[in-house]
Amino acid sequence: MSTPATRPKRPPSTLGAFVTKEMHHILRDRQTLAILLLMPLVQVLLFGYALRTDIRDLRVAVVDPTPDVATLRLRSRLAATSRFRLLKVSTTTNVLPELFQRRTADVALVLPTSFAERMGRGDTAQVLLITDASDPNTGTTMQVYVRSVLADFERDFGGARPRAGAIFIAVASRMRFNPTLESANLFVPGLIALVLTLVSALMTAISLSREKELGTLEVLLVSPLRPWQIIVGKVVPYLVLGFAITCLVLTAARVVFSVPMRGSVTLLLAESVLFTIVSLSLGVLVAARTSSQRAAMLGALVGTMMPTALLSGMIFPITSMPGWLQPVTRVVPARWFIVIARGIMLKGIGLEYLWRETAVLAGMALLLLVAATRSFHAHLD
Amino acid sequence: MRILRFLLRKEYLQIFRDHFMVAQMLLLPCIQLAILANAATFEVKGARLVVVDEDRTSSSRGLIDRFVASRRFELVPSPISTRGADDAMLRREAGAILRIPTAFERDLVRARAAQVQLVLNAEDGAAAGVMLGYAQRIIADYAGELATTLPGVSASMAVTRVGQPTLDVRTRGWYNPELDYRFYMVPGILVQLVTMVGTFLTALNIVREKELGTLEQLNVTPVTRGQFIAAKLIPLWSLGLLGLAIGLAVARYAFHVPIRGSVLLVFGTASVYLLAALSVGLLVSTMVETQQQAMFVTFFIVLVYLLMSGLFTPVRSMPTWAQWIAQANPTMHYMEIMRGIMLRGAGLREIARHLAVLAVCAAAVFTLSVRQYAKRVA
Amino acid sequence: MTSALGERSIEVDGLTRRFGTFTAVDRISFDVAQGEVFGFLGANGAGKTTAIRMLIGLLAPSAGSARVAGYDVATHAEMVKRNIGYMSQRFSLYEDLTVRENITLYGGIYGLSDIAIEKRTTELVDRLDLRDDIDARVKSIPLGWKQKLAFSVAVLHDPRVVFLDEPTGGVDPITRRQFWELIYTTAATGTTVFVTTHYMDEAEYCDRVSIMVDGRIVALGTPAELKEQYEARSIDDVFVRLARAGTAA
Repeated sequence: MSTPATRPKRPPSTLGAFVTKEMHHILRDRQTLAILLLMPLVQVLLFGYALRTDIRDLRVAVVDPTPDVATLRLRSRLAATSRFRLLKVSTTTNVLPELFQRRTADVALVLPTSFAERMGRGDTAQVLLITDASDPNTGTTMQVYVRSVLADFERDFGGARPRAGAIFIAVASRMRFNPTLESANLFVPGLIALVLTLVSALMTAISLSREKELGTLEVLLVSPLRPWQIIVGKVVPYLVLGFAITCLVLTAARVVFSVPMRGSVTLLLAESVLFTIVSLSLGVLVAARTSSQRAAMLGALVGTMMPTALLSGMIFPITSMPGWLQPVTRVVPARWFIVIARGIMLKGIGLEYLWRETAVLAGMALLLLVAATRSFHAHLD
Repeated sequence: MRILRFLLRKEYLQIFRDHFMVAQMLLLPCIQLAILANAATFEVKGARLVVVDEDRTSSSRGLIDRFVASRRFELVPSPISTRGADDAMLRREAGAILRIPTAFERDLVRARAAQVQLVLNAEDGAAAGVMLGYAQRIIADYAGELATTLPGVSASMAVTRVGQPTLDVRTRGWYNPELDYRFYMVPGILVQLVTMVGTFLTALNIVREKELGTLEQLNVTPVTRGQFIAAKLIPLWSLGLLGLAIGLAVARYAFHVPIRGSVLLVFGTASVYLLAALSVGLLVSTMVETQQQAMFVTFFIVLVYLLMSGLFTPVRSMPTWAQWIAQANPTMHYMEIMRGIMLRGAGLREIARHLAVLAVCAAAVFTLSVRQYAKRVA
Repeated sequence: MTSALGERSIEVDGLTRRFGTFTAVDRISFDVAQGEVFGFLGANGAGKTTAIRMLIGLLAPSAGSARVAGYDVATHAEMVKRNIGYMSQRFSLYEDLTVRENITLYGGIYGLSDIAIEKRTTELVDRLDLRDDIDARVKSIPLGWKQKLAFSVAVLHDPRVVFLDEPTGGVDPITRRQFWELIYTTAATGTTVFVTTHYMDEAEYCDRVSIMVDGRIVALGTPAELKEQYEARSIDDVFVRLARAGTAA
């Protein structure tokens, strides 16, 4: 990006040779290459199939001190609900701590004595619903499920008589852009960001600092190559690799999980190239600032991978984060890329809506490229 | 034994001389806990809500007030039309749209039932589910309130209550009554920490000696395979426990996460789990030649182990085949153990099954990795 | 060809190593006497390193046999390791440990007592003139010194045989000279020195040399014998002629 005035004739071919050499490095290390290609595929499969949050099999323990007609009806009602599995009926609550400790029960329903009698009289019967709330989300969801069964039971027991005083507000809800909350749809955009960060930032940082450690960087520096050409040579192969992997992930997501692609594929690919450039510059920056391979590795892990996984909204919604942490996420490139990727894939929107995020990414790319080239220069002196 | 003493001294010297490593050991637990404990939550606060109020009555305003009062939602100074709301969602300015149709109040009074529409931006899947839950609760509570306040019905209330059996459901969330998500995440983060330290440091440490050629030098000496492995694993094992101790201290005193069970048991089970983690690192080191490769292979393995461990999503929500795979995952068992001890105050008896599986896993991986490690090439 | 010096510390008979279909070392046979300085020459890729790795017990032979310090390398590799020293072409002391710590480590590994380690350390730093640097990290001392140090550590336990794989790569001529003085001192105490080198002038210092081409030993004898046999003025000439013949074949 510097000295446009003195453009020598040689560099294009020199640069070409250099890029070829880097490409050979990558292709020759079969093990790393295999992992780079395998990892995104395994992740797509895991995220799509295995990582779900819906609860399908709820194990319910019932404490029924005095079994009677009503409790039997309630129990069979629970048993008949496909989501529930009636685990154990006991007469005392003593068994509950053990059941929860051993994680054999998720929910316990404690019924009062003489349940049928109270219900028959039209009294209020107190029911205690205990959930294992160590995981608060699951705990809350389970409560909701059991409560709805109890509400049904209550209505049925009261017979056809409507509760005259009651008011009912129905909620017609719609999950826009992902009606079934398919986890593959949610994770694939984030996954692309994660894999691109891995390939570009981490790989570049390690490979550059490795050359630094081995002293081969010195050799390159005394060659007619200009610093920016060395950077470009280092970076272009990973750009190509990143592009290939993006296509791979998208194809896998499409074929296996039918993840939608409502917007323009071209735009998405262009945006992912932009994001790759940002990550690559980060990688170069990390390598220039650290002295050993291990330091570069750690720097890249803590500086790029961790924020991409945790602070990008990929898994955990940014709106859920505490106030001081939310502004921090603004400097994480993946945050912007994920908004873009989700927008294109799930919402089918284009640049008219995403220009702001794109501008942020482009700005980051420019800034980081300059910073990376500069710190690389500094390393030479 | 004498040789082992010399080797151990060398390892400890090298570890503590590497200031970078020491700093990493001390800082990583703190950074990870600080970020993860705060970021890793699905709770939703202040979701941006666009209201399209077509009714404009006291009832509809009441409902909007309830949404705002819950503090779960934040009202976006709203565009009036449905189309405007739609656009806001496309621009990510709205997380949810609540549409209250005309005749909302009239229906409530006349038919004692009405409908509202709620559209959620499910792009952020987890958040959308949680928001729906909040909204449903707010609306239900409001309906309950209206039942007594809405004119024209209070008289009949007393009458109908008689002869109408009701269930008074009290709920209690054991182990985490405040529903603090951090209590749940922190033990998981500690597990992740121990896993990373165990596998990465072992693999990188050994492969580094391979790269430098010092490993070959050792292989030409009378140092036996057992001595070498012991000299490598013992320091890293103690380092893993040190990392855990730091993490536990930060969790306890900075985040006030409870440790309800025995601390001794935490460290005892960590010792067993570390053996498995270290062995994975050792196994990786036998398969690769460079630190870069070691890093990638380990990263890949650890990622799969962690995702399949229930760190972020419950194991019981996985499909059956995945649950079977998870059963063979030592990280999953250790995750159960840590959450059991820290949150539920589980004792040895309660975690016995997981511990047994963990011990078997550790023994198996250890044996395999020791067998793979050869002083010479056949 | 057995030397007159008596007991043989290395006996190699038909030693072969194959990697798949490629034969890296092809039926080599030779003996080295106790206390002899034996030069093991060959071009890059001739199979020297593979042969050494078999002799020091890092690589199992495909066929043939070799006894080092009286033990069979195929069946008693660990016994061989107790009785040899090894210095590889890559510098392989721990750079992040001090001179003293490196000596102590290897002394301990070879079973020297604490007193013996103490005594050896003093002797060694005196001889190498490293007294001021004894508590300095190895990383910080010059390459020539590092190499001499590595050699001294390799013979710390008075091994019967010491294997040196291109020990003088990249050091200046003066240091190389000093290095060879160390080798002679060691050989004088009865330790066999088995050395590979690229420097043909160094080959002239050896009691006997062998020259390896394409996995085979094509010449073996004292430098004087070889020069006479090939009517050459130096070992360098002998080497070039043999190596060229090998690649042409």
